[in-house]
Amino acid sequence: MRTLKFLLRKEFRQIFRNKSILPMIFVVPILQLLILPLAADYAIKNISLAVVDHDHSPYSQKLISKITSSGYFQLTGFCDSYKTAMNLVEKDEADLILEIPEGFEKNLIRESEQKLFVAANAINGTRANLGGVYLGSILRNFNSEVRMEWIPVTRFSPLATIEITSSNWYNPHLNYNYFMVPGILVILVTMMGGYMAALNIVKEKEIGTIEQINVTPIKKYHFILGKLIPFWVIGAMVFTVGMLVSWLVYGIVPLGSIALLYGYLAAYLLSVLGFGLLVSTYSETQQQAMSVAFFFVMIFNLMSGLYTPIESMPDWARMISHFIPVTYFVEVMRMIVLKGSEFHNIITHLVAILLIALVLNVWAILNYRKTSS
Amino acid sequence: MLNHITKTYNDGDIVAIDDFSLNVEKGELFGLIGPDGAGKTSIFRILTTLLLPDKGMATVVGYDVVKEYNAIRGCVGYMPGRFSLYQDLSVEENLTFFATVFGTTIQENYYLIKEIYEQIEPFKNRRAGKLSGGMKQKLALCCALIHKPEVLFLDEPTTGVDAVSRKEFWEMLKRLKAQGITILVSTPYMDEATLCDRIALMQAGKILSLDTPDNIVKAYPVNLYAFKDENIYTLQQNILANELTESCFPFGENLHVTLKDETDSSLQDLLKSLKERGHEQIEHQKITPVIEDCFIRLMKE
Repeated sequence: MRTLKFLLRKEFRQIFRNKSILPMIFVVPILQLLILPLAADYAIKNISLAVVDHDHSPYSQKLISKITSSGYFQLTGFCDSYKTAMNLVEKDEADLILEIPEGFEKNLIRESEQKLFVAANAINGTRANLGGVYLGSILRNFNSEVRMEWIPVTRFSPLATIEITSSNWYNPHLNYNYFMVPGILVILVTMMGGYMAALNIVKEKEIGTIEQINVTPIKKYHFILGKLIPFWVIGAMVFTVGMLVSWLVYGIVPLGSIALLYGYLAAYLLSVLGFGLLVSTYSETQQQAMSVAFFFVMIFNLMSGLYTPIESMPDWARMISHFIPVTYFVEVMRMIVLKGSEFHNIITHLVAILLIALVLNVWAILNYRKTSS
Repeated sequence: MLNHITKTYNDGDIVAIDDFSLNVEKGELFGLIGPDGAGKTSIFRILTTLLLPDKGMATVVGYDVVKEYNAIRGCVGYMPGRFSLYQDLSVEENLTFFATVFGTTIQENYYLIKEIYEQIEPFKNRRAGKLSGGMKQKLALCCALIHKPEVLFLDEPTTGVDAVSRKEFWEMLKRLKAQGITILVSTPYMDEATLCDRIALMQAGKILSLDTPDNIVKAYPVNLYAFKDENIYTLQQNILANELTESCFPFGENLHVTLKDETDSSLQDLLKSLKERGHEQIEHQKITPVIEDCFIRLMKE
């Protein structure tokens, strides 16, 4: 016990003496949480729209102002012909073209029917798609407003219409930050814990101090614990800083129990540190460790369901994502923070993460034994 | 003390140590002398339980290096060839750390390191990484000694150290030996061999000769001559070209020469033929061989 205590003291002394680690713990989470959610926002805004209005009537004006006031569109061009509008698209100044034909108002009133033409620049598929959908829904809206004006109010609508009203649970305003911030926090904890633990152990190998440690009567598990505990603590600190940032900046307060969140974090960090330890047993230099860890963390990030839903991945990818610890924590974070899930909701996640942690750590320790007697 | 080390260590296809046996007595200052790649470090790593031998067995202080490695780790001190203390900890912190992991304190064995530590004490708050080479070496020695080991393993402690510090270092070793610590030291420098009680000359994982330095020198089988002339290169060419010559190699400013025939006439014949080839100023003298001569001769055999 005394040895372990002393190892820990030495480890912390070294960590806090390292000029780059303290800023890493505090500045990196703050910056990443401030920047990433804004950049990783899927809600498409500021779609640039070029309008070709051949009608110049009050109705076409009304339609255009309705579109621009929605906040999703930016009117970047007001052209006389489709050709000039197309030029704007080619110059990348417009994503969508809306063409209002001549006699739009007249036909609308007389024949209560009119056609509009929408063209989208589909290089960025999501943008074009969503832009088209937004525009379509604005037009539908406009359409029904016009209908309201023209069709006399009868007790029963002559046409059977199905109107869909949806209500968004857990994140009623579809605030993208609520969805992203907890996820990004998970990635942060993963990177800090995984990288730093791996690099720290490999550093001892690289400068040869591990040899010196190995000839002392220090027990293997003392040494490993002495390495894991500090990073476990640092991981929890990073997480706390991140939670504070998301509360102060994004106003995200976990609906569920904070104790449960930290309890899961504790288990999760075990698996992340096991990963770091495993990487370190296979690497001789910090450079190797960094490359290997980077490769896996990259996969962890992209396949964990943080950015794209796991359900829409192909089967093989879904299989892989089940073996990625990040997947579980991202889900648990969202469940506890946004849904207020309780212990019994996350039991399977907890079991999964503990299993992963067990496998990684046992593997790492076995491999560590093998490489040095 | 260290008895019966017989092992072949096979790293892939490279035989680093080939059926190596060695017995070091308690309280001895024993030197492993050999060029780079002779297998010195591998032997040290096996004896300090960092490496497993493929074959054979070894004991240190009566403990088996494989089965009882934990007991060995408690009673040996190891100073690797490369400085491997914590560079980001201070001198004092390093020493305290190693004292603690061995379950002792600096005070308890201070008498052992006092002399060495006093030299680096003015810098005790400096980070180990910022020390000069000689001071690093002294600190490493302190850390290896702090738990009062029974056996001290020093792997090339004087490589890359200046001549004055080397001399000082060997004096320190002698004082440690006087304290009853068995010391096993490796070095590529032949001139340090005479400072050991006994030495093993090593080459390619094998022992060429194992004895006291004096006996090894005495065992040199033939007469050795030192030749000197202004143009040492052509002199060597000419001596080697002569059929009477057995061997000739440069040694400092001299050429060390042995002859196939031990008779005096053979030496005179060689000198005569060299004079004919223009070496007028030639100086020659019969000398006592040093360890390096022995090593070179043994290596050729």
